[in-house]
Amino acid sequence: MGRLNVNLCGIELDNPVLAASGTFGYGYEFAECYDINLLGSFSFKGTTRDGRRGNPLPRIAEAPSGMLNAIGLQNPGVDEVIRNELPKLREVFHKPVMANIGGQSALDYAETAEKLSREEQIGWLEVNISCPNVRCGGMSFGTDPKAAAEITRAVRAVTDKPVIMKLTPNVTDIAAIARACEDAGADGISLINTLLGMRIDLNTKKPLLANTTGGLSGPAVFPVALRMVWQVYEAVRIPIIGIGGIDSAENVCEMMLAGATAVQVGAANLRDPLACPKIIADLPEVLDRYGVKNIADLIGKAHE
Amino acid sequence: MECIEFTIEENRPLTRKVNLLRLAGNTAAITRPGQFVSLSLPGFFLRRPFSVCDRDDHGITLLVERVGEGTSLLHTLPAGTALSVLTGLGNGFTGGVAGDSPLLIGGGTGLSPLFWLTKELTAQNTKPTVLLGFRTAADVFFEEEFCALGIRPLLFTEDGSAGRKGLVTDALPEIPCSMFYACGPEAMLRAVCESSSGPGELAFDVRMGCGFGACMGCSRATTGGMKRVCKDGPVFRKEELLWDA
Repeated sequence: MGRLNVNLCGIELDNPVLAASGTFGYGYEFAECYDINLLGSFSFKGTTRDGRRGNPLPRIAEAPSGMLNAIGLQNPGVDEVIRNELPKLREVFHKPVMANIGGQSALDYAETAEKLSREEQIGWLEVNISCPNVRCGGMSFGTDPKAAAEITRAVRAVTDKPVIMKLTPNVTDIAAIARACEDAGADGISLINTLLGMRIDLNTKKPLLANTTGGLSGPAVFPVALRMVWQVYEAVRIPIIGIGGIDSAENVCEMMLAGATAVQVGAANLRDPLACPKIIADLPEVLDRYGVKNIADLIGKAHE
Repeated sequence: MECIEFTIEENRPLTRKVNLLRLAGNTAAITRPGQFVSLSLPGFFLRRPFSVCDRDDHGITLLVERVGEGTSLLHTLPAGTALSVLTGLGNGFTGGVAGDSPLLIGGGTGLSPLFWLTKELTAQNTKPTVLLGFRTAADVFFEEEFCALGIRPLLFTEDGSAGRKGLVTDALPEIPCSMFYACGPEAMLRAVCESSSGPGELAFDVRMGCGFGACMGCSRATTGGMKRVCKDGPVFRKEELLWDA
């Protein structure tokens, strides 16, 4: 046991830093730059039952201290992911990986979850009920406690692996959604997905994103994510993965003080492919600076 | 891909909208015309991708059109400014298949990768035909630089104020072409494909998130499925493109 170890839903992590889904592909682009086994783990690109082409371009826009995306869950579909991506991923990453799944119905989620669950290298299922960029399903499941519970139960029924529900911040009461997921059998909660936003192009005088709206991420959302992790920690007993604008080892510690057991780094990977290893390398020094022996001691400590 | 620091050596206007930037730094990762670099700009979250217009062992030349806040800032940065650069991105044009009469077609700053390609072709004793399209005479740049390589480009402007009046595609039927290489606005690239019968390669200029294949922010449909302009491109073969998908 090193001082950075944490236990996430029964699986030991070397450190609490994961790369977030949708910012890390299937890992191998980053493996060109560094040994991605340095990571606690990562959540791979959101996978759906059938392949999806995603939204028209442009899908990306700059925002103050962050960015908007409207990718629309582009992925080749679960069968292709298992056939083509997972074998390549296995070459470069030797730890349990988190499978992120999306869907348009409870049946969709269950079928995708069941297939991925059979894959040995998958440690956790992260269930995206929070994508703001797809027309059917996505965020609509994450904004209603009953629907969130229904998807949780559907996935829970087909797997023995830990089920982590990924929540949207675009709700009035995040704690109620988290509680509904916990009551339906979730093993963990990850939050936040992106905040719904938009930009307008001054040249064309039209929305900049072809999808009109997109999801805001990056440092701009960090305080919102932190507040929601704080609220969910007070509402549930299961582990929380804190996500949203994390860009430094200090941010990691702050998120853990609010109640996160682990964190995911998202948008930072896109501006700096070495963001994750830099954050992990900085953690011991930051722990020293603030007189913390083991990083796990930080989890929820701000609530005491 | 490498993430390294480059320093601005020169930043001067070529027209009212386009600047030439010369950046000093390690260029080992940049090996083919059509590849690009992505610059981190102070005060902006996302990097900005730019095609490499020229390179030597000490640095690179970029042509930067002012289109928004990021490129506006970039135009004001003085010599001596250090920038974090992701370098060696993208696939680049295929070398060695140009044939005896290659045709290079550039629209605006789309001429950028074609300048380096022209240098490579002339070094191999192949003389390409170069067509350059601009809006007006005031927007024309780099004519003399091509001439210095021994290639006089054929100019087109939309209003006829310089060169021929019209679009670069107007001239395509009359020009023999073993292989075309095009870079410019998407509408121009499509028109080039539709009016050319021969083989060709096209370099795309799109908004990107990461620039190295992680975010799927710049994907487009091809006969081989969805492909990322940043990682699988930015150069695609004419026959693999699907325009209305």
